[in-house]
Amino acid sequence: MNYQVSEKGFYGEFGGAFIPEMLYPNVEELRSRYLEIMAEPAFREAFHHLLKHYVGRPSPLYEAKRLSQQYGARIFLKREDLNHTGAHKINNTIGQILVAQRLGKKRIIAETGAGQHGVATATVCALMGLECIVYMGEVDIQRQAPNVARMKMLGAKVVPACSGSKTLKDATNEAIRDWINNPGNTHYIIGSVVGPHPYPDMVARFQSIISEEIRVQLKEQTGSELPDYVIACVGGGSNAAGAFYHFLDDEKVKLVAVEAAGKGIGSGFSAATTTLGKPGIIHGSKTLLMQTEDGQIIEPHSISAGLDYPGIGPVHAHLFESGRGIFLSATDEAALRAGFLLTRLEGIIPALESAHALAALDQLQFKKEDTVVLNLSGRGDKDLETYMKYLPS
Amino acid sequence: MKNRIDLLFEKKHAEILSVYFTAGFPERDDTLPLLELLEAGGADMVEIGIPFSDPLADGPVIQQSSSAALKNGMSMRLLFSQLRDVRKKISMPLILMGYLNPVLQFGMENFCRSCRESGIDGVILPDLPPDMFEEEYKEMFAEYGLHIIFLITPQTSEERVRRIDDLSGGFVYLVSDSATTGSRNSFSEKQQIYFERIRAMKLRNPSLIGFGIHNRETFTRACGFASGAIVGSAFIRSLAENKDIMQAVQSFVQSVKKENHDHSVA
Ligand SMILES: Cc1ncc(COP(=O)(O)O)c(C=O)c1O
Repeated sequence: MNYQVSEKGFYGEFGGAFIPEMLYPNVEELRSRYLEIMAEPAFREAFHHLLKHYVGRPSPLYEAKRLSQQYGARIFLKREDLNHTGAHKINNTIGQILVAQRLGKKRIIAETGAGQHGVATATVCALMGLECIVYMGEVDIQRQAPNVARMKMLGAKVVPACSGSKTLKDATNEAIRDWINNPGNTHYIIGSVVGPHPYPDMVARFQSIISEEIRVQLKEQTGSELPDYVIACVGGGSNAAGAFYHFLDDEKVKLVAVEAAGKGIGSGFSAATTTLGKPGIIHGSKTLLMQTEDGQIIEPHSISAGLDYPGIGPVHAHLFESGRGIFLSATDEAALRAGFLLTRLEGIIPALESAHALAALDQLQFKKEDTVVLNLSGRGDKDLETYMKYLPS
Repeated sequence: MKNRIDLLFEKKHAEILSVYFTAGFPERDDTLPLLELLEAGGADMVEIGIPFSDPLADGPVIQQSSSAALKNGMSMRLLFSQLRDVRKKISMPLILMGYLNPVLQFGMENFCRSCRESGIDGVILPDLPPDMFEEEYKEMFAEYGLHIIFLITPQTSEERVRRIDDLSGGFVYLVSDSATTGSRNSFSEKQQIYFERIRAMKLRNPSLIGFGIHNRETFTRACGFASGAIVGSAFIRSLAENKDIMQAVQSFVQSVKKENHDHSVA
């Protein structure tokens, strides 16, 4: 089975570029150039230099002994939370800003849910001296206030998206409209493995540094490059795509993707796309999508802004349909519990998104000798207000 | 029977007015009354928009009409049932315009069949890639006697314009500017150069200019470069502002169209 993108931009039946003609020149320019740009030695050098000296990579692979004891397996945390700006998102924005420079773009736009991608984009724009506009749902502006402040301090303009559920999907719509209205000088830094081809592939390649490092670090610490499990949360799916990337062809490595079940799968307030979705088109790509019988997109719900999205990247739709990926979901409540547990056992406050991956540990049956790598995609500073509401007394 | 879009362009070469509205707006059952009013008011063709929850290529005016229509209970099934007897009353060409996802959920063949049964002449699906249309749906559209109309923008390369012209039927849709619907005010020099460039290409299809046509001035100027123009957001705005759809249509058509008869307004 092939899990990489095809020449035409598809993963199995999923992917492609379903975009209006107004967007075609922008997307086509990127499609025709991204591989060549990413292969340039000078590009690779600049990318890796920044990842090392600016982001602080490689991020540690930390054996969480007390968590391991709790679950009866050997659990390693890939510490993307320790990256500059506090999540994996910066791996992608560093890559894309370098691409944007080579395309001669002067104006950068982005969407954001949790605000981590917005912060990561505003950060690289400050670094490179480029104009930055971030679209963010009104609801998310409320619940991720610290990140809104950071973006503003970094010089980005934060534009509220007021349509639909006022969350990530709507912010993405606005960013796409901005791109349609500003052809030529603008690059759109998409924050996940979603959107029209080549975005899912390009973002996955930038995030693949995560699994590249895991292989080396795991070999050092266990003698084997291959874990039994890799676990990651999935909103659009970029941290999961990066954590899975170099294990896709090692079929004995179980790849576990964890979606947000919100208030429960059947509650009507959920974002568990593989369970609730059907094939459809969102933001220019064919993928699994939560929608009505009539093909209208359903407003998702999750306590975690970064997972509050009614689709998933086409690569994940393919991993799901092909059976290569194991797809689980965690409720708001289970994620909160898992977040508090990690904090007390290991002294690490995880992002609410990452807490969903942690919650999946409860659902898996491990053998004592199993090696488990869990991608800790981000830190919980931005979520303290939410956590405090639920602090166990 | 010959496609009504072709018949229209055979008998009329200039000043064709095509009007867009979103089905289900302002009220759920306004579709047929609006078509009758528009035909009586002098529209040459109508594009009926199928509302979608996430209309990416549209500006705020059409977005709002779309979400209002969905709240009113509009759906693909309901639209086709409203259109069942449309040909008893309406003779101008009719086009359905919508995003791909609702059409795919309805089923492309089912959609084409329903279009044919209700007397729809053409379809505009802005997010359907021309390549995919050619590979998967071209024959199906031909079988059901439906034209597909693709969009061309100022950034579309010459080679791609040719390809889009080849695949399109009835006419090609010249987007006046690379932008979502409803933006901008008048035509810049750059846009005029673009219209001229397309005209000089002598495409096999006639063309209509859309996006940003909102009054007599922009309509007339667009007609200087193409067989006519398409008005969307400006009409929706008129529907939103006038309580009465009859008034909305009258004041709108008057504001856009030169009177054909004696008492023409200078
Ligand atoms: C810490 C963290 N993890 C995960 C995600 C979800 O994104 P993705 O599924 O693309 O990794 C986000 C998005 O905002 C995030 O901030």
